[in-house]
This record gives sequence, structure tokens and C-alpha cells, in this order.
Amino acid sequence: MAKYKMHLLVCGGTGCRASESEAIFQDLKTALLNRGLENEVQVITTGCFGFCEKGPIVKVMPDNTFYTQVTPADVNEIIEEHVIKGRKVNRLLYENPETAEKVEDSKHMGFYRKQLRIALRNCGFIDPENIDEYIGRDGYQALGKCLSELTPEQVIEIMKKSGLRGRGGGGFPAGLKWEITRQSKADQKYVVCNADEGDPGAFMDRSILEGDPHSVIEAMAICGYCIDATKGLVYIRAEYPLAIERLKIAINQAREYGLLGKDILGSGFDFDIELRYGAGAFVCGEETALIHSMEGLRGEPTMKPPFPSVSGYLSKPTNVNNVETFANVPVIINRGPEWFAAIGTEKSRGTKVFALAGKINNVGLIEVPMGITLRDVIFEIGGGIKDGKKFKAVQTGGPSGGCLTHRHLDTPIDYDNLISAGSMMGSGGMIVMDEDDCMVSIAKFYLDFTVEESCGKCSPCRIGNKRLIEILDKICQGKGTMEDLDNLRNLSQVIKDTSLCGLGQTSPNPVLSTMENFYEEYIAHVVDKKCPSGQCKALLQYTIDEENCVGCTACARNCPVNAISGERKGLHIIDQAVCIKCGACIEKCKFNAVFIK
Amino acid sequence: MIKVKIDNKTVEVEKGTILLDAARKAGINIPTLCYLHLHDLNITNKPAGCRVCVVEVKGRKNLAPACVTECMDGMEVNTHNIRVLNARKTVLELILSDHPTDCLICPKSGTCDLQTLAQEMGIRQIRYQGEQSTYREDTSPAIIRDVDKCIMCRRCEMMCNEVQTVGVLSAVNRGFMAVVAPAFEMNLDHSVCTYCGQCVAVCPTGALTEVDHTNNVIRALADPSKTVIVQTAPAVRAALGEEFGMEAGTLVTGKMAAALRRLGFDYVFDTDFAADLTIMEEGTELLDRIGRHLNGDKTVKLPILTSCCPGWVSFFEHQFPDMIDIPSTARSPQQMFGSIAKTYFAEKLGIKRENMVVVSIMPCLAKKYECSRDEFKVDGNPDVDFAISTRELAHLIKQANIEFNHLPDEDFDRPMGESTGASVLFGVTGGVIEAATRTAYEVFTGKKLEKVDFEQLRGMDWVRRAEVDFDGTPIKIGIAHGLGNARKLLEEIREGKADFHAIEIMACPGGCIGGGGQPLHHGDSSILKARTAAIYREDLGKPIRKSHENPFIQKLYEDFLGKPCGHKSHHLLHTHYFDKSNPVEIE
Repeated sequence: MAKYKMHLLVCGGTGCRASESEAIFQDLKTALLNRGLENEVQVITTGCFGFCEKGPIVKVMPDNTFYTQVTPADVNEIIEEHVIKGRKVNRLLYENPETAEKVEDSKHMGFYRKQLRIALRNCGFIDPENIDEYIGRDGYQALGKCLSELTPEQVIEIMKKSGLRGRGGGGFPAGLKWEITRQSKADQKYVVCNADEGDPGAFMDRSILEGDPHSVIEAMAICGYCIDATKGLVYIRAEYPLAIERLKIAINQAREYGLLGKDILGSGFDFDIELRYGAGAFVCGEETALIHSMEGLRGEPTMKPPFPSVSGYLSKPTNVNNVETFANVPVIINRGPEWFAAIGTEKSRGTKVFALAGKINNVGLIEVPMGITLRDVIFEIGGGIKDGKKFKAVQTGGPSGGCLTHRHLDTPIDYDNLISAGSMMGSGGMIVMDEDDCMVSIAKFYLDFTVEESCGKCSPCRIGNKRLIEILDKICQGKGTMEDLDNLRNLSQVIKDTSLCGLGQTSPNPVLSTMENFYEEYIAHVVDKKCPSGQCKALLQYTIDEENCVGCTACARNCPVNAISGERKGLHIIDQAVCIKCGACIEKCKFNAVFIK
Repeated sequence: MIKVKIDNKTVEVEKGTILLDAARKAGINIPTLCYLHLHDLNITNKPAGCRVCVVEVKGRKNLAPACVTECMDGMEVNTHNIRVLNARKTVLELILSDHPTDCLICPKSGTCDLQTLAQEMGIRQIRYQGEQSTYREDTSPAIIRDVDKCIMCRRCEMMCNEVQTVGVLSAVNRGFMAVVAPAFEMNLDHSVCTYCGQCVAVCPTGALTEVDHTNNVIRALADPSKTVIVQTAPAVRAALGEEFGMEAGTLVTGKMAAALRRLGFDYVFDTDFAADLTIMEEGTELLDRIGRHLNGDKTVKLPILTSCCPGWVSFFEHQFPDMIDIPSTARSPQQMFGSIAKTYFAEKLGIKRENMVVVSIMPCLAKKYECSRDEFKVDGNPDVDFAISTRELAHLIKQANIEFNHLPDEDFDRPMGESTGASVLFGVTGGVIEAATRTAYEVFTGKKLEKVDFEQLRGMDWVRRAEVDFDGTPIKIGIAHGLGNARKLLEEIREGKADFHAIEIMACPGGCIGGGGQPLHHGDSSILKARTAAIYREDLGKPIRKSHENPFIQKLYEDFLGKPCGHKSHHLLHTHYFDKSNPVEIE
């Protein structure tokens, strides 16, 4: 990067691209060219910055200026003011919501202050389509070190010492997995990268592959070296076209540089990578289902043992790790296991990437050290709850995680703490809910997803989850009974206890955790026939207040189903049997006479 | 050996033993639904999908399916504590909640594994009621798919894919709508299904059943204008008794003939007669091809493949169309019988073929399809009108209030009821080729065969290879049962690696005794062994044990057919095959 005075980094993540970041990139290039500045200022497309809430992002280096919500119309101003005159474009800077001050250096933004970016180290920093930029950031140094200085056993020892655990959800120690696969004897072994990210709202893996594909390629080659595999496969969902494109470019570049293929770096080690596309079934994130899908079979899990590390793809020993797990590997080799192990908690080392979503100010992708509290994540990094509402719950672990509450805000986040709190790490989805969210509906929402995504192989998951959602629906309709609550709990426990794979073993978590933490809401629905958050339509009652109603007839005239009657200047009444709860009356009433009971 | 403690009983088992087997060793019978293990045939289905066999393993977080969990030394297992029982019952209730509980009118009532389990588990209410997954019913010439009753045990899928390699049935859709079906949920009769019926034979519920023709038979019997004659396949007599509570392997030949007579059939004949006829035709064809081959004729195709199994015929028509000139052109015994009955015998009786109804009792479902094939009809009138299974015959007998177990033994009628020991062997794997060998040897060598039992051709091994000495000329014989094994032999032939003279193929594991129309074995392969033994007993007990010595067959040739593979035989007793490889259109 030495010859340029200034770099303009334009986010090329899927979210920002959807908001015209490609046009911004092109316009910036053209504007620089028109002014003869193309040799002084470089524009590059990077991977995701994580701060998707305020995208598209344009970052100016070296001064860390962070422009948010940029449009192509802003390009000339950025060039004229910032690039030429050295004056920051104030209106595009991020504004601290508490102090209303503009933040000039992104290091001071609340969103980034508590983050520690290891897996995402290059995302939003380098051009993912240029291998030289990756190499410029110590890329492929770890692979070189492994091949020239370390035996596979030594590399595995480093991995074990680092304490890195699988980031896909299971949390199995990565080094141990590598060791077991190494010990399995076979003529052919495989390294598989699980890029079948399927949690609703989660895009950790996609961002890594879009922003830093070489880190995964390098790690897969290192893994291949350790387990004696010459073939790597990335199982990626076909709905990730940009990630696929960048991965393909990266693989080709790595081949050209001799970093993939035969006799890598003259070491005699051969390794190459192929892509396999998934059709978007959530269950194919489960490693045995993933392997069957790659084999051309129906994507459904089989019982373990045998574990893939003993008998996996085409019945050969196969090491399956997730994208984020791999992305950590090169850094661990370069900086040493002690450095990595010093981050995080005793049993969960390093960092974790989370996709922050829901009723939170700073929606986006974050990477934090293990052991950080939910409070820090939600209120510091996430900037608190939207519209000043009250925090109610946070769902971690994707659709099969649990809902945690106030009580858990100060719990340090790691694999084991989340499980003891009734949730799980999962692959890193984190959805925040506020006072307006009905927890019964939330449980139903997640069940809806798992019912849709169950493969149907085992009876408890296939039928049980369907029955769970039917009971939840009944409760939301105001037809639930106390017996339903007993059935809900028993059924949830049996599904967890008897299902074949991780999907069914965790799918009732949203039900159990909301029943544990928000039992009063269930009681309200079942006994009082009320939805405290006013989300369950069937339980709402629109009523007209006797005192406030002046008999203006506005509500009656605007009711689409003629449910409201009353004389002019007389009290109006809503016929509950006819009312469809559309809310038109509330909207039209100027006297605050209509309210929801 | 390792030790495990199950329900406080310690058992010693070999490493790798599954909990289910270890428990059985300890006298503890853990219930299962999807699990199927035909020990002697080495057929196993254990997707661990139904989750009925879950047990508690000390130190393990969730419950373990006993059908796939291997024993570990020192393991402590509880198979019926409250946690396990509750889970098992809840899972069973879930399965029942997505099942049309119309047991009283279900064709599987009384033999349904799900029904039995619900009874044993004392299910008296279904706590979790809700929507049921429903599908279109699919009726083919032989098999009905009522997949509303499918519990996703995947046994049929395993049979169709792993054992038969036909590849028609597999799981489709996902989640609550997941079900086993042909690709794109097309109809069975648009698929490459061979109607072997092995899916039906292992289906634990009423999802897969045979097309029931018993009412057609009852109507024909009641029609005074029709002469109704019946033929019974060799394997039926070795299994029908099971439907009446008799021990597997009980021979009920005489009682069966008596029952058929009481049902009102005008003539009670035996497919075995036609099996002897098949040997005459197929044996002659075999000797002709071998003779030409030995004389250096390069155009002759060897090996010759048997053609009496209709599932197998469909299989090679669909999957090996390039080889349809290799199998014998001899029709199956069922069809030879029908053809002779509606010509020779009808002439003898002086009735028109339209007024004769031929019913066959078969251990097989593909026979239903076979008799509906156009090439076995004359002016639209089929040679065999209805093929009913062993199970359907049992229903007919029960409906007619016949006390089967107390019937006297009676003989078949003549002439088409007379048969030899060779013909009864058609019921087991290796039997057709053994029967053919008995005749071919004597015709080829001109010498009398002293020892008629060819032990080297018997057994349950999937693929068997044997050499029979035809007085100095070694004749190489191959035998396969199960279509997947047939595929192996066919591929060897196609690649030019096989040097057999003759090969016998039966679609069903064990041969016809394990057919898709037989009483259900419920996963007990000792039943198949017992039936096999019964067939060999029947052969041993026959006064004549070589097909060409059957006096009524000899007379048939004298009076009517002329000579084997002659002009008339060719017309009435041989057939041709079709290339069915063209992909069917999907609706």
C-alpha cells in the first residue's frame, strides 16, 4: 500500500452492495481519474465492516475516517472536501447517539471500541479479490511456517494449546478433532469447510468468505497438512453468490501462486480445494447431513459414531470445521497459541463473531473476546435498544438457542455459560427483543423455522416440532389450557431427549427457555386470555372509552367491516364479533377514545 | 468380550454389539419399529429414525437408540425407567398422531407392527393431536401405496435400494411432509418398479400393501357360467399354514387343496405341473444353446438366464435392455399354466376360453403384474385372470368359514395337478436350476442320474457359483437371489468376465418362499429358513423327482404340444422381452 497517499475503502459486503456500494466505488474511481489523482489515492472494495446498520460504509485511511450511509451523490463531496482539501465531510460521519457528537476516528466509535477482530481481521481492510493484499497482511505465512518448520504433530499441538473450539455451534476442540482425523488411517482423507450458514439473520461465515477468503483457504491447507489430506471441499450454500465468486477467485489466485495444488512451496505437500454447493437446507449444517449432501445423497443426518473424523465423506476420514474456526487458524500459527489462549475465558479461548440483529440500534457483525458480557454487547457495541424501549430478552444460538433475560446480562459469554443459562453459543446469531415482543410468539417464530427445516428423518423432530408449534398457535389464539402448558413442557423435553441430531435436540430450546424465563406471559395468554405485549391479534380487544368519545363518527366511518355503531354525538361501540383488529379506528380517532384492552 | 449392565443384569458381549442385541441376550426385549435385521441374509435397516428403542445410558446426556448404540465396557443401561417409558410413549403417541387410526378397516390390521406396539405400550389416548400429513393414494397393477400410513421407517427404501438396487423408493420432501415415494412423487407404474413386493414384505404398517383381488375371485366363483380353475405356486404350501397359527415350515399342501375345493374352485390344479413343463422347455433351450456352443457356434449367447421370476424380467427389461436376448424365452410356470389351461384343458372340457377363469395363488406380487401383461392375453382375454397372494388366499379361506387346521389332506386334480419333486424346488433360490439340471443331465448324457440332490446349488449365499459334471463336460452354473445380486452377475456378463452356461435369478431374498405375497416374517429370517427346509422336504417326499418323468407332462406333449421348443410350444409357452429403458414422462 506504500505508494498511495490515501486509501478509500468501500464496503463490498452483500448488504452494502444492495445499497449501491458498487456505484459508489465506480464513481469514486471515475472522480479520481477525472482529477488525475488515480496514482495518489487508491479505491478498493473490501469485505464487510460489520456496521451494517449504517451502510454503505466508506472508510478513509490512514486517518480512520468512517463515513456512513454514503450514496453515489456524496462521492464528489468526499473527493473535493476530504481528498483534495483535507476537510472531513461532517454530515457523513457517524454520530454518537448519546452525545450527538460526530466521531472523527472510527476507533472511538462505541461499535468498535470493545470489539477484538481476529477472524474478521482483514474484513473491511483488504481487497478480498487480491491475494497480494492478503499476503501483505502476513497471509500464507502460517502455511509456509507449517510446511517448512513444523511437523503435523507440532501444528496439532499448537492448535490444541490455543484452546480453539469449533465455531459452528458444537464447540468441539479443533485441535483434538484434527488429531483424531490424523490418527485415522486411510488412503484418502478430506478437509471439509462447513460454509452452510443457515441461522436466520446470521452472516458471519458469509462475511468472512466475502471479505477474507484466503484466510479460510490457508487454514484448510494447514489442516490438510496436519491430517494427511490432499483434498479440501468447501460446502457452501448456493444462495451466497458473492462469497462463491470471491472464493473461486481466491482459489485460482492461490493456485497461480503455488499455494494450492502440487508440491506447495516446494514442500512436497499437495493440496487443492473444490467447491460443493448446498441447496439451502438448514440441517445440512449438521456435519453428517452435510457429508451426505456432498455425496449426492439426501441431506439428512446419521447417527454418530462413526464420527466423520473416522468415516466421513465417501466413508473416508474427514475433518469438518466451520468457516470461522478456519479463519482463526493462520493467526494462531503466526502469533502463537499462548497469545490466543490469553484471550477469552478458561474454557472458551479467543473471540466469537456474532450477528447482532433485532431491536437494537447497531445492527451488524461484531467480533468480541469470549467472556464479554451480554450487557457490553447489547448496550455498548449494539448501542442499546431501538427507540428508547426497554430490553426484554436476547436470543443467542440461532433458531435453536434460548431466550435470555435481564438476569443474564452480566453473564460472561462463553460456550458453557450459555448452555447453563439455557441457551447456547450456536454459530453466533444474536437477536435482541424489546418490551413489545411477545415471548410466546417469539417461541412460535423459531419453531416455525425448525419445523420447516427438519429433514423428517426421526419421529420426534418430524412430528413433535409440528405439535409444539400447533400448541403454541393454540395459546396465541387464546385457546390454550393449563394442560397444554404441561404438554408443551413434556413434549419439548422428549424431543430434546430423543431426537437424532442437533437440530431436534435443540429445537425446543426457545419454548423451554421462554417458559422458564417468561412463564407469566404464558399464564397471561392461557388464563387471562391476554397478550401482555399486544402482539397476539386474537387476544386483543379494541374498545371505546366512554369519557373520551365525543361521537364524531370518524371511527365508524373508517371501519372497513362496519363493526362500530353509534349515534352522532353519542357513545360509539365496537362489536367484538365483527371487529378484525385492523387498528383503523385508533388511527382515525382524534380524541384518544379508542384503546386496546 | 466386554461387560454391560442392563436393567441391573450384567451381560457379556462382544465388542461392537449393539445395545438391542445385548439386551436380548439378557432376556430384555426393547421394542423397535424401524429396525429390521434379517440375520441369515445379512439385511439390516437401522436408520435410528423412529426413536422407539431409546434407552437411558448412565452418564449420557440424552437417551440412546438401542438399535445403533454400541456397547461399551462398563456401560449401565436402563430400558424402562420413567424417563425412558415417558419418552417412548410420547414418541409413539406422536407417530400415532400423524397416522390415520382406521385400524379396523386397514388391510394390515392384525399384522401391523405399529398397531401391535401401541397395544403393547398400552396407549389409550393420544395427547398430541394435530394436523396429519396426507398424500395421494397410488395404485399400480400390484402394489398400493397409502403413504398417509408411512412412518418413515425406511425399510422399503432400504430393500428397494440396497437389496434390490431398483432405486424407485426414497425419502422425498422434508419435515412434516417427508415421506417415502418414487422420485417426483410419480406413480409407481410410471417408475422402474419391478413389483417384487419386498417393500410390502417389510412395511410395518398399511402404507404398502398388495392390490387385493379376492373379491374378483369370489365373484368368479359365484358365476355359474364360469369354470374356475386354480393353480398354486410351490412356495405357497410352505407358508400358508403360518396364517393359521402353524409353525413356520409346516407343509400344508393337502389342506390347501382341500380348502380350495371347499372354496368352490372347479378344478384344483398345481403350478408345479407347469413348472415341470417349464423345465422341459427351458431345459431344451439350455441344452440347445450349450450344444451349439460346444460345437463351436459363435452366434450362440451364453449364459442362458432363467425367466420364471416376473420381478426379475421387469428388472432386466428396465435396467439391462441391451441384454434382453440372453434370458430364456420360456414363459413363467404361472403363464404356461394359464396358456395350457385355456387351450388344451378348455378344449378337453369343450368350453370357450372366455368361460374359463384361471386363478393363481402366488407368493408373489409381481405375478399380478405379469398376468396383466398384454403379451399374455388372447383377444384381450388373459391366460391368467387373477393372481392372488398367499395372504389373500388365507383371507378367502377365513371369509368362507373354513376351519383350515382341521381340514383333511386332499390331492390335486388331474391332469394339471400332477407334479414332481423337481418342480416344487422352484420355490427356493437355486431350485429352478437344480430341477433343470436333473433333466438336462439325463438328456445330455443319456445316462440315468443316480443322485438327484445337488447340494452345491443350495444355500442362502447371495451369489453362488457351482460346477456340475455332465459326464465329463463341466457345466458352470451361477445363482443369485435379490436383484442387487442379479445386477452383479449381469454386470459380470456384460463385461465379459463371466463364463457361466446357465444362471438362475430370483428377485426375492430366499427365492419365492420370501416373496412379497407371503405371510409377513416381521424380520425373523428363521421363518425363511424353515420354509426353505419345507420345500426340500416336499421334494424328498415325491415319488417322481425329475420333471421329464412326469407322466402327465409326457402325455401333454404326445397329445397336444408335439415336442419341447416345437412350433406349438413356441407359440403357447414362450415369450419375448421389451426394452423398457426409455425414461417415462413425469406428469
